[in-house]
Amino acid sequence: MQKRLVLDQKQIEIILRRFCHQLIENHDNFENTVLLGLQPRGTILLDQLAPILEEISGYKVPTGYLDATFHRDDFRRRDFPLKANETKIDFLVEGKKVILVDDVLYKGRSVRAAMDAMIAFGRPQKVELLVLVDRKLTRDYPIMPDYLGIRVNTLDSQYVVVEWAGQGQEQDAVWITEKVKS
Amino acid sequence: MSQLSTRHLLGIKDLTPEDIQLILDTAANFKEVINRPIKKVPSLRDITIANVFFENSTRTRLSFELAEKRLSADVINFSSANSSVKKGETLVDTVNNILSMKVDMVVMRHSSPGAPHFLSRNVKANIVNAGDGTHEHPTQALLDSFSIREKLGDLAGKKVAIIGDILHSRVALSNIFCLQKMGAEVMVCGPITLLPKHIASLGVKVELDVKKALEWCDVANVLRIQLERQQIKYFPSLREYSLYYGINKKLLDQLDKEIVVMHPGPINRGVELSSDVADSDHSIILEQVQNGVAVRMAVLYLLAGVKG
Repeated sequence: MQKRLVLDQKQIEIILRRFCHQLIENHDNFENTVLLGLQPRGTILLDQLAPILEEISGYKVPTGYLDATFHRDDFRRRDFPLKANETKIDFLVEGKKVILVDDVLYKGRSVRAAMDAMIAFGRPQKVELLVLVDRKLTRDYPIMPDYLGIRVNTLDSQYVVVEWAGQGQEQDAVWITEKVKS
Repeated sequence: MSQLSTRHLLGIKDLTPEDIQLILDTAANFKEVINRPIKKVPSLRDITIANVFFENSTRTRLSFELAEKRLSADVINFSSANSSVKKGETLVDTVNNILSMKVDMVVMRHSSPGAPHFLSRNVKANIVNAGDGTHEHPTQALLDSFSIREKLGDLAGKKVAIIGDILHSRVALSNIFCLQKMGAEVMVCGPITLLPKHIASLGVKVELDVKKALEWCDVANVLRIQLERQQIKYFPSLREYSLYYGINKKLLDQLDKEIVVMHPGPINRGVELSSDVADSDHSIILEQVQNGVAVRMAVLYLLAGVKG
């Protein structure tokens, strides 16, 4: 299978640190800011990002995991329903600045569903989107990231795979691979 | 896997342990949903569900209706008391008439065992059994297992005693199937007249002494005496039943361990369960009711989610 490396460990680390500085620039002392990782894989990125943000800024920003499975628009359009993941948010987002965190932005449908799911926890003051990889020209919804790691050109026949060292991989890496034809 | 092996929920007997696991895991997600400030998700917004109740119900019907509304489904309710059933319409005709109004799922309670199975072979919609006579009450067993898992962490290896009117109870049968599939040990306990003749063939322990049953178990699931289903007298009086089989605080205090007390409701206070037990820390009866909504949401979601 063809596989192309897009980001290696060093580059990912630089991007995560850049994210932190950009966030500090826009959110000052994080007084009214929360970070929400989108299940299932945005939460892994959030878990990587949050300690670096605390180290650089000196502030511990509240974090949570948001699962949008029950808000997806493809229910009954898939062969069977997706298995839900845990939503873990022990605060309300009412009046808060929310930063949604995901690894790959593809069609924009997951982010739309996530915003729908997030509203159940209150009316946020502002919502921003942070993604590690933006797949250019594949969007179905008018959704763009506010904080972006890298923008890549991909086809629908390709996957973007984000690997994390903590998840059984040797190193953090982002790959583009071909979908296996069944 | 995130798909059930069946398109109807007719009984626990037809489910695989993987199905049960999937339902319980999904129910845990829905329990989080129903504790949010906004307790509703849009998953079933293009689905219409008919609650068809040929037998009385308060809890189950409210619980199903709430689960359906929390999932954004459109809901219609039907009860046989003021319907054309009284005019002689057959079950299949009644349900087909309801289905011709573009209904996707039917939640049904009926006094005849097997009625939902019969219906599932004759109509197109997904059928959910909300209790068929003395046969099965699958969602009650699922919510009982969910509640035990939530309280004790796991079902495997746990000892559950089902105490009371086993003979007339659909809750008992569904619970036995469900608990055994999840690796729990099951005992039934009650007066000999209220135990079905060949119940031991299901692989359950049988005990006539309630004290011994309580000493053995981690969880006591206490059932109601179903006087409405008893055509003959199975015991001399309610007072005598209460004296020999009623669970009270004194009995629980004599045990050298803490056990969990459950009851599917409605409770006959002072008969099978005394008030000081029903309202004590041992009891998870009200949690069961809350979990019922989450479990029913999971069942409806998983059945409805399969592409037509």
